[in-house]
Amino acid sequence: MSENRKLRVATTSLAGCFGCHMSFLDIDERLFTLLEHIEFDRSPLTDIKTVSPGTDIGLIEGGLCNAENVHVLREFRQNCKILVALGACAVNGGLPAQRNHLPLTTILEEVYHTSPGLANGMIPNDPELPLPLNKVHPIHEVVKIDYFIPGCPPSADAIWKVLTDLLAGREPTLGHGLMHYD
Amino acid sequence: MSHTFTLDGKTIPFAEGQTILQAADAAGVFIPHLCYHPDFKPHGSCKLCTVKVNGRQTASCTMRALPGMVVESETEELNDERRALTQMLFVEGNHFCPSCETSGNCRLQATAYHLGMMSPHFDHFFPSRAVDASHPDVLLDFNRCILCSLCVRASRDVDGKNVFALSGRGIKTHLIVNAKSGRLADTNFTLADKAAQVCPVGVILPKRHGFAVPIGERKYDKAPISETTEGR
Repeated sequence: MSENRKLRVATTSLAGCFGCHMSFLDIDERLFTLLEHIEFDRSPLTDIKTVSPGTDIGLIEGGLCNAENVHVLREFRQNCKILVALGACAVNGGLPAQRNHLPLTTILEEVYHTSPGLANGMIPNDPELPLPLNKVHPIHEVVKIDYFIPGCPPSADAIWKVLTDLLAGREPTLGHGLMHYD
Repeated sequence: MSHTFTLDGKTIPFAEGQTILQAADAAGVFIPHLCYHPDFKPHGSCKLCTVKVNGRQTASCTMRALPGMVVESETEELNDERRALTQMLFVEGNHFCPSCETSGNCRLQATAYHLGMMSPHFDHFFPSRAVDASHPDVLLDFNRCILCSLCVRASRDVDGKNVFALSGRGIKTHLIVNAKSGRLADTNFTLADKAAQVCPVGVILPKRHGFAVPIGERKYDKAPISETTEGR
């Protein structure tokens, strides 16, 4: 990775809360240093909607809770040389996966029918809406993931460490203090 | 005259009857372990403490030290296997660290950090396990049980109450409460029991103590498990 061209980085949040993106922005002024070495492709930061072929690094926040998440993840895998799971939800399903011990129908009934104050509620079935998956899955259960940054969210320092390791062509590692699952 | 063996090339003294793990612990050398606790008879079930003795794998918590043994522990091969075992423990249960009161004080988590576990690697089981909040002072969250049996041993051997047991076989093994109802409230379990103090993960939790110490300032946040002195 020593060539002069900037590495292209794409990011997305699937079944996540954007907390990992916020933590990424917490690298603060180091963003300027980073932008000397990378440019953003598809990302909530650029509003570009599709991943360009040959993108170098894809950062995926969030797990998979619906069919659109799976579609986006596959698009990232197809177009990114290196795919990184960013944060607890991408790594192990995280908070959204806590619905996994409940049947999906029970959840939809509860949310749209039986909750107090929801008289005549109906379960949305517009064809535009992506269908929820039966269970929430971490992303490595669907595509090959090259690196993982655990944490809820991972600290800015942990994200910085992995990105700078990758930019330098090193195998990313997180020592004590940067490795956190919480 | 004291006996010695070598552990990763280092000379370790031991007293007769000591296991490899006990002798290593006394010498300040860390061997990862989850089901071992210095106050109890070794169980030998988690296999995290597996070492090579004269070239053959064995659990160091149950293997008695003998003079002249050549023991390997910190090798890439053994740590790879320890990491795989730890990953299996994570995917077999429901270990959502961000919402766990034990996060930062958890031996499973700290061991995973020690082994550099960046991901669970395997597919998750997402098992369905009910919590038991029946007891006035203690919550049981079976989602996090790693079947170390420390609570079983503590309740049986120290408290003399036999409150806990492992039931079922193989992959269906699970922790149960010895009461007709299966509920902790219907036992004589109390917060003062030894069994209430030994859980290495977040199954046995005192109620009304949540987040007394904030995440980030807990035991293994401050120092890695390999550098904490207690064998706990």
